[in-house]
Amino acid sequence: MSAAPTAARLGLLACEVCRLVSRAPPPGADAHCPRCGAALHARKPASLARTWAFLIAAMILYVPANTLPIMDTSSLFGTQSNTIVSGVAFLWTSGSFVLALLVFVASVLVPLAKMIALTVLALSVQMRATWHPRTRTRLYRVIEFIGRWSMLDIYVVTILVALVHVSTLASIQAGPAAAAFGAVVVLTMFASASFDPRLIWDVMGERL
Amino acid sequence: MPQPPDSADIPEARVTPHRRWSLQLVWLIPIVAAVIGGWLALQAVLERGPTITISFSTAEGLEPQKTLVKYRSVDIGRVTTVGFSKDRKRVIATVELSKQAEPFLVADTRFWVVRPRISGTQISGLGTLLSGAYIGVDVGTSHEPKRDFVGLDVPPIVTVDLPGRQFQLHAADLGSLDVGSPVYFRRVQVGSVVAYALEPGGTGVRLRVFVNAPYDAYVKTDTRFWQASGLDVELGANGVRLDTESIASMLLGGVAFQTPAETAQAAPAEANASFALYPDRRKAMRLPDTAEESYQMVFDESVRGLSVGAPVDFRGVVVGEVAAIDVDFDAASGKVRIPVEVRLYPDRLLGKTKRGARRPGALIEKLVAHGVRAQLRSGSLLTGQLYVALDYFPDAPKAAVRMRDGRAEIPTVASSLKELQTTLLRLARKLDKLPLEGTVADARKSLQALQATLAATTRAVNHVDSDLTPQAVRTLADLSQTLSSAQKTLADAQRSLAGVDGLLAQDAPVQRQLRDTLREFGRAAEALRSLAGYLERNPGAILRGRIEGRSQ
Repeated sequence: MSAAPTAARLGLLACEVCRLVSRAPPPGADAHCPRCGAALHARKPASLARTWAFLIAAMILYVPANTLPIMDTSSLFGTQSNTIVSGVAFLWTSGSFVLALLVFVASVLVPLAKMIALTVLALSVQMRATWHPRTRTRLYRVIEFIGRWSMLDIYVVTILVALVHVSTLASIQAGPAAAAFGAVVVLTMFASASFDPRLIWDVMGERL
Repeated sequence: MPQPPDSADIPEARVTPHRRWSLQLVWLIPIVAAVIGGWLALQAVLERGPTITISFSTAEGLEPQKTLVKYRSVDIGRVTTVGFSKDRKRVIATVELSKQAEPFLVADTRFWVVRPRISGTQISGLGTLLSGAYIGVDVGTSHEPKRDFVGLDVPPIVTVDLPGRQFQLHAADLGSLDVGSPVYFRRVQVGSVVAYALEPGGTGVRLRVFVNAPYDAYVKTDTRFWQASGLDVELGANGVRLDTESIASMLLGGVAFQTPAETAQAAPAEANASFALYPDRRKAMRLPDTAEESYQMVFDESVRGLSVGAPVDFRGVVVGEVAAIDVDFDAASGKVRIPVEVRLYPDRLLGKTKRGARRPGALIEKLVAHGVRAQLRSGSLLTGQLYVALDYFPDAPKAAVRMRDGRAEIPTVASSLKELQTTLLRLARKLDKLPLEGTVADARKSLQALQATLAATTRAVNHVDSDLTPQAVRTLADLSQTLSSAQKTLADAQRSLAGVDGLLAQDAPVQRQLRDTLREFGRAAEALRSLAGYLERNPGAILRGRIEGRSQ
C-alpha cells in the first residue's frame, strides 16, 4: 500500500496567505512565499508544543475563573458576588431555565469541552494514534466553530458593568474571574488555532 | 488521484536563515498562567480567615452565602452554611470570617442577628429592611480564644466598648420595666435597663441597669433608685400635683435615681453595686428606716376597716404600719382576742439628728410610761378605713409595755368613737335615773318664796321714801348758808390782793421813785468814768487842774 500523495510528501508548500504553491527548500532553512513573502511551512511550526502550552495555561486559569467571583453586584439590598456557577444556579432557581442553560453551556461546558477535546487531539497526535482520524478531524472543526461562543459570559459582564452603574443605588463590577475567564477563552482559541489537524493524518499516510 | 503538476511550473520558495527561538517563547504563557493562578490561590489561602460556628434559636433572616457579619458596619465575614444542632433545637450558622477578624474571636465576644426591631422607645435595624439581616458583633475583652459561639436572641443594650457602669437593683416586682427601659437622672436619660431576672427563690426581681459615662459618677453610695413608671398624682394643700418623668416613661416605664441632699457628697458607687428599687420617689427619698421593731396591740373592739398595711400614726407622722391582724382564742377565759401586729420605725420619732444606737424598745417603753397609748381611729368617714394612732392619753391608767406570747404589747385605749358612745350611754342612763317630778315641785316652792321676798323688798323701799326726805331738806339749807359765808370771805381776800396788785403796778409811785434814783446813780457813775479817763491821759491835771482846749 503506497502513501497517498500529499503536498508535504511531494516536497511542495502552499502559501497560507496567497495560496501559491511552491517547492520546498531543503530542510534546515525557513521558506518564504516567492509571491507575497509570507512564511511557508509544511505543517504549522511547533504545533503540538504551542497547543500544549496554550492548553496548559488555559487549564490553570480555568480554576480561578470558576472559583473566584466574576461579578460583584452591590445594591441597596447589599452586596453580592457571584461566580459563574452560582450565577447559573441563581438563574436556574429564579426560573430562567433557558438563560441558565445558555450561560452554563457557553461559559462552563464549552470551554471545558474545548479543553478536553484539544487534550484528546494533542494526546492522540503525540502518541501517534490511528484511532478514527475522521472523527477527530470533525471534532477539531467543531472546536474551531464553537470556541468563539464561550466569550458570551464576558459580553454579559461587560454590558452589565457598563449599563448598571447607578453609583449609590446599584453597581456591578467585574470580578477577578472575569479576566481569568477571558484569558481561558482566548488561550483555548490560540490552542486550537495552533493545532494542525494535518498532524492527525500524517501518521495515517502509510496505511490509507 | 490527480497527477502531480510539473515541477518545473512550481516556483522555488525563498529561503531565509533558520530561526527557532519562538518555540521556547510559547512556554512562557503557561508559566505566566501558573504564576497568576498560584498567586491567586495563595492570596485566597492567605486571606482566608477563621471559620466559626454560631448557634441561634432561629435562622430567621440568615441566608447562606449571603448574610454578612459586620463589626461597626464593616464586613468581616459571611455565613457559609446554616444547619441544625445535633438535638435539632438550635440553628448553627457556620461563618467564614476574614483574616482581620481573627483577634475578635475571644470568649466573651457576642453575636446577634440584626433585624428590624421595634422595642419600647426605639426602632433599630431599619436598614436591614432592605439589605436583609446581618450578624452584629460585640468584641469582648477576654484573651481566651474561642471558635464556637452562642448567639444572642436580642441585641445587647450595652456593648463592651461603651463607657459607663452597671449597677444592680432589687425590686419587689418588675412593674412596667423591660430590657431597654430608660434610666433618668434629673429627667435626663442617662442609661437603660440591661437585663432583669427573678431573684433566686422568686422573692423579688433583680435588674441590671447601665448608666453611661459621665453620668455614672452621679450614682453615689447613698443614691436612691425608684420606678419612674406611670403617674404620681398627689392631692395636697396646693391642689392636685401630677408628677411624671416623661411621657415616654409614663407609657413604657423607666428608672430614675437621685441622691438625697444630705448625702450628696458621698463617694461614687462601685460598679455592680446593689441598690433597692423603690416603687416611687417619695418612698425612695425618705430616710431609711434603720431600726424596725415589732409590737402587738389588742383592741377590745371591732377591727373592721383596719387592713394590713394601714399606717401607724403619731400625731400625723407615720411611724409604722400594720403587719398582721391575728385571731387568738384564749381557751381559759373563753374569749377571742384580736391581736394586731404592727411594725414600728422608732427612728422616725427621733428626728434626723438624734439617731443612733439605742437599746431596741427603749423609746416605746418610755413613751408608754409617759402616757402614750394606741387607739383605733377612723381615717376616712366615707370609706370607714381605720388606722392605728399613737397619742398621749394623760388620763389613761398607768400601764407599761409588757410581754405576752414572746411579743411586746403596747397598751391601748378605746377608740374615741367608742368612748363617745359609752359616755353618751352612761349619760343617758344617769338621766334616766334622775327624780324629775320631785325636782319640779321643789322648784315651784322656791318660786313662791321668791315672790314673797320681792313683796317685802318693795315695802322697805316705800318706808325709806316717806321717813328720810324732810331731814335731808334741812341739811341742804344749812349747807347753802355755809356756802354763802364762804363766798363773802373769798371777796375780802380778793380785795386785799387788789391792794398788793396796785403796789406792784408799772406806774405805781414806789416803783417810779426807785427808777429815778437808779437813773441818777447811773449818771454819777458816767461822770466818774470820764473823770477817770481824763486823769489817765493827763495825770498832771490833779495838780494843775483842767487845761481847756487840750482835751483831745
